[in-house]
Amino acid sequence: MAEFRMPSLGSDMQEGTLLEWRVKPGDRVRRRDIIAVVDTDKAAIEIEVFEEGIVEEILVQPGEKVPVGTVLAIIRTEGEAGVVTAKGAKAAAEAALPAGGVIETMEEMAGRATPEKRIPPGEAPAAAAAPAAPPTAGRIKVSPYARRLAAERSIDLSVLKGTGPAGAIRAADVESAAGIAPAGPPVEAPPAPLEEKPPIAPREKAPPPPVSPTAEKPAVKDYQAAMRRAIAAAMARSNREIPHYYLQTRIDMSRTLRWLESENQKRSIKDRILPVVPLIKAVAMALTEVPELNGYWIDDRHQPQEAIHIGFAIALRQGGLITPAILNADLKSVDELMEALRDLVTRARSGGLRSSELTDATVTITSLGDLGVETVYGVIYPPQVALVGFGKTMEQPWAENGMLAVRPVLTATLAADHRATDGHRGAQFLDAMNRYLQEPSKL
Amino acid sequence: MKTKSTRKTKAAALDRDHALYLLRSMIRIRRLEDKCAELYSAMKIRGFLHLYDGEEAVAVGVLEALTRDDAVVATYREHGHALIRGVSAGCILAEMYGKQEGCSRGRGGSMHLFDDKTHFYGGNAIVGGGLPIAVGLALADKMQNRPNVTCCFFGDGAVAEGEFHESLNLASLWKLPVLFVCENNLYAMGTALKYTQAVMDLARKAASYDIPSHAVDGMDVLAVEAAAKQAVEAVRAGEGPHFLECRTYRFRAHSMFDAELYRTKAEVEEWKKRCPIETFTQTLKSRGLLSEADLEKIERDVEGEIREAVAFAEACTWEPVEDLTRFVYSERRMS
Amino acid sequence: MTNGVETLRKVTYREAVREAIREAMQKDTRVFLMGEDVGHYGGCFAVSKGLLEEFGPERIRDTPLSESGFVGAGIGAALGGMRPIVEIMTVNFSLLAADQIINNAAVYLHMSGGLFNVPLVIRSATGGGRQVGAQHSRSLEGWFAHIPGIKVLSPATVEDARGMLWTALEDPDPVLIFENSGLYNMEGMLPAGAGAVDIDRARVRREGKDITLISYSASLFKSLDAAEILSREGIEAEVIDLRSLRPLDEKTFLDSVAKTHRALVVDEGWRTGSLAAEISARIMEGAFYELDAPVERLCSAEVPMPYAKHLEEAALPQVDKIVDLARKMVKADG
Repeated sequence: MAEFRMPSLGSDMQEGTLLEWRVKPGDRVRRRDIIAVVDTDKAAIEIEVFEEGIVEEILVQPGEKVPVGTVLAIIRTEGEAGVVTAKGAKAAAEAALPAGGVIETMEEMAGRATPEKRIPPGEAPAAAAAPAAPPTAGRIKVSPYARRLAAERSIDLSVLKGTGPAGAIRAADVESAAGIAPAGPPVEAPPAPLEEKPPIAPREKAPPPPVSPTAEKPAVKDYQAAMRRAIAAAMARSNREIPHYYLQTRIDMSRTLRWLESENQKRSIKDRILPVVPLIKAVAMALTEVPELNGYWIDDRHQPQEAIHIGFAIALRQGGLITPAILNADLKSVDELMEALRDLVTRARSGGLRSSELTDATVTITSLGDLGVETVYGVIYPPQVALVGFGKTMEQPWAENGMLAVRPVLTATLAADHRATDGHRGAQFLDAMNRYLQEPSKL
Repeated sequence: MKTKSTRKTKAAALDRDHALYLLRSMIRIRRLEDKCAELYSAMKIRGFLHLYDGEEAVAVGVLEALTRDDAVVATYREHGHALIRGVSAGCILAEMYGKQEGCSRGRGGSMHLFDDKTHFYGGNAIVGGGLPIAVGLALADKMQNRPNVTCCFFGDGAVAEGEFHESLNLASLWKLPVLFVCENNLYAMGTALKYTQAVMDLARKAASYDIPSHAVDGMDVLAVEAAAKQAVEAVRAGEGPHFLECRTYRFRAHSMFDAELYRTKAEVEEWKKRCPIETFTQTLKSRGLLSEADLEKIERDVEGEIREAVAFAEACTWEPVEDLTRFVYSERRMS
Repeated sequence: MTNGVETLRKVTYREAVREAIREAMQKDTRVFLMGEDVGHYGGCFAVSKGLLEEFGPERIRDTPLSESGFVGAGIGAALGGMRPIVEIMTVNFSLLAADQIINNAAVYLHMSGGLFNVPLVIRSATGGGRQVGAQHSRSLEGWFAHIPGIKVLSPATVEDARGMLWTALEDPDPVLIFENSGLYNMEGMLPAGAGAVDIDRARVRREGKDITLISYSASLFKSLDAAEILSREGIEAEVIDLRSLRPLDEKTFLDSVAKTHRALVVDEGWRTGSLAAEISARIMEGAFYELDAPVERLCSAEVPMPYAKHLEEAALPQVDKIVDLARKMVKADG
């Protein structure tokens, strides 16, 4: 039994109207015989049969429009007995057609082999409810390269003034902001490192540094406002995006301070090491053991960094802060660290910070102990993944080996990005840091 | 130069084996293409499909005059030429299926069959586009002192193209070994020759380039063969290009999607009476060279060949999509 | 070579092309030159002058004015084992052979599933600036660069005029070489041993850090002149000679843009749908975040080339326009 189907006469033919039968049931047909006329989009076309036999049954009547591939007639080939399954054959043939009625093409076969793409429940409404694109009215004109530079240096574009065509921000604008903005306004001395006082002596607030000439420029106010906005943007982003976790530990500082005292006796006054330096070094060394905390979270990806550049938060007199980085802190000796810190502060005051020092930090330390703060709960500086906070080192009761003693105790905290690390690793970091501070000679 | 009038079949002695070969060849083309039409309707073959139904005597007769080393340039109605030249029915069908075992790896399709082993430089789907290439192939042969002939098929439509005239002039000017074969089936797609040509005697156009030209009954395989052999002999002897107009007719539509509004049924029926296969069969029977049993065997053999070809094409594979951009530039340098 | 120092000699671009043809004909007997007026006339631009006497009419083959015919014959001859150099007198006439170039040469390899490659070289003069009117002043290289299956070269220097032909002849696929007719009289220094050069990489012709000028053919020299002027103003322009228009060596210009962050394309073709448009798009795709200014294009004005000298000059990219545009792109508040 053979099926005479609506033929496809071209890729653009999807269906045809049967106009005329040239045969009737019972007629004998031979290959190449014209047995029907079909109206296509183009014209009436005579349709030949590719089988020899007897027309068993006509399934589509003149005037009917059917998709390509539809069985038009059943032809009993030579030697077969007549059967009456015609209607069933038509139904079966139609059932075999994919939606749209066209018989198998490669694409459909391929399509059928793979499961349909379905939108998971809930996803579609969510997509529909996605916030509309931000209005373009306040759009900042900025070159793609400048945008990239600003992102790399965490500079808020909204505070910059463009010098390009139509006020567009260009790379040069970003670079000058990165290089000058933090150094331009007077910088309040970072409290700890600038004091050349005996360790643990009661601290006084550092005297305000002499007002630099730039402070009198009208630009200062702009810088301040700009800096505030930049900090606002970064911190808002931090709070919005970074799932913080906090760990806190108390550290017995007596060994470190004793070691520092003896070390400093060997040094001239100007070469003396400030107590914050061993802290910085201990952080750097601990990071070599828990490297996940040193680096960035960018593009939904944790990107630990090999080099350890410790950003040290420095509060500014008019408010705001900058965090210039001590580059490769883990590779520096305490003396080198002290020198680096001194140099950093000097240059921060004189406006000589390099842009890389302002953008390359892989982790940040905030030390607020000299203001009497006991515990720092830090806000991570994105895209970094950790911030180490140091409070005031205070004499406290300390129980050890069943004995009670009074020791200088420091409260250290870790604020870390839970996307990048878990509390377990954070704890290991604090533990390592503590270990280094108990063996200061190894620093 | 005057063109010679249509030649008549010579009633000279005819070798039986050779006669049966010619008949078998024409039947092979016809049956292969019947199958192509069927496979097209069933959507196994897509794109354009131009069938040679009725014109078989031209390809069979002309190609009989060539050697293995001669080159062939054909048109987009070239399934028969490829088949008779020696490309297997399976490779031809696989090509039309778009499969990578096809003679052009499925990159060409029905209109672009190619084969290096048989020097088959392709079906060219730009009317007239193959003529300059044939001129160049012949130029290469001449410059390298090879005794080959390039045989270039084209339709009556190509005669209206500038490339026809440029090519005939070049070939004649440089005395190149080209046999130009015009398959004049009277219609350029659906427009009759009389609506497009001021001078309907196409052989005269070639003659104007000082190219020896003949018109021959393209429905008579023996006449075509005789004319082609004579022409090829002259071309190979260094007499420069020759031109053969084969007057023929296609029984089927131009391509599959053609309502044939441009010609009458009666005209088609009239030409079908001159079907090259039917008339040659009768000739052979009347001369006692062909029995019913011979004919049945030919049909049976050809049916088997086509069946195997379809099975082959069905079993062939699709080229991986990752290979899409291959064959845009050569993958190896050459010397 | 003397004393280990390479001898340089002064040659014109025309002589460089002629030397390249002569060398190829001497090295490989399959090579022949075919085209209008290449033989007895000596070449429309006198490039093939003297070659007929040296190689004879079989290999320095004058053709009738049948661009489609003889370009197609070149394809056929290439298929038949020869290494033809087909000269289309000017790119304007290539349109008469576009069928053969685009419908045959570019697709034979692909349509035959890799069976038949076409080792054909087509040479053609191109460009405007000689007051020869709209039909003889086109720069259609960019058009051909649109077509997969062919390679499109644009030698600007005498070194490339001398060296690209042989490499093109060794290429298994069709190569179009466009010689700007305004360059034929240009003199340049050529090492005595100058020979084949690569045909697939762009070259940095002048280093700079502030802006990249991307150019080819005659516009290269305008760009170099502009760079010199800009340099006096403290703007260091890097100048790139594309050399090959298809395939485009985008790495070279993307690397440059990553350095300078600004790109100006100088292209004698028309702006719309141009090669300059393609390069601009590639920079956007490949170096978006390096851009500190929009990519600019200096192309021919969108008019058929006028005859009058002042109008033709106004229609073509010129040094002062390059300088102005580059300056605007680099300077602040531009």
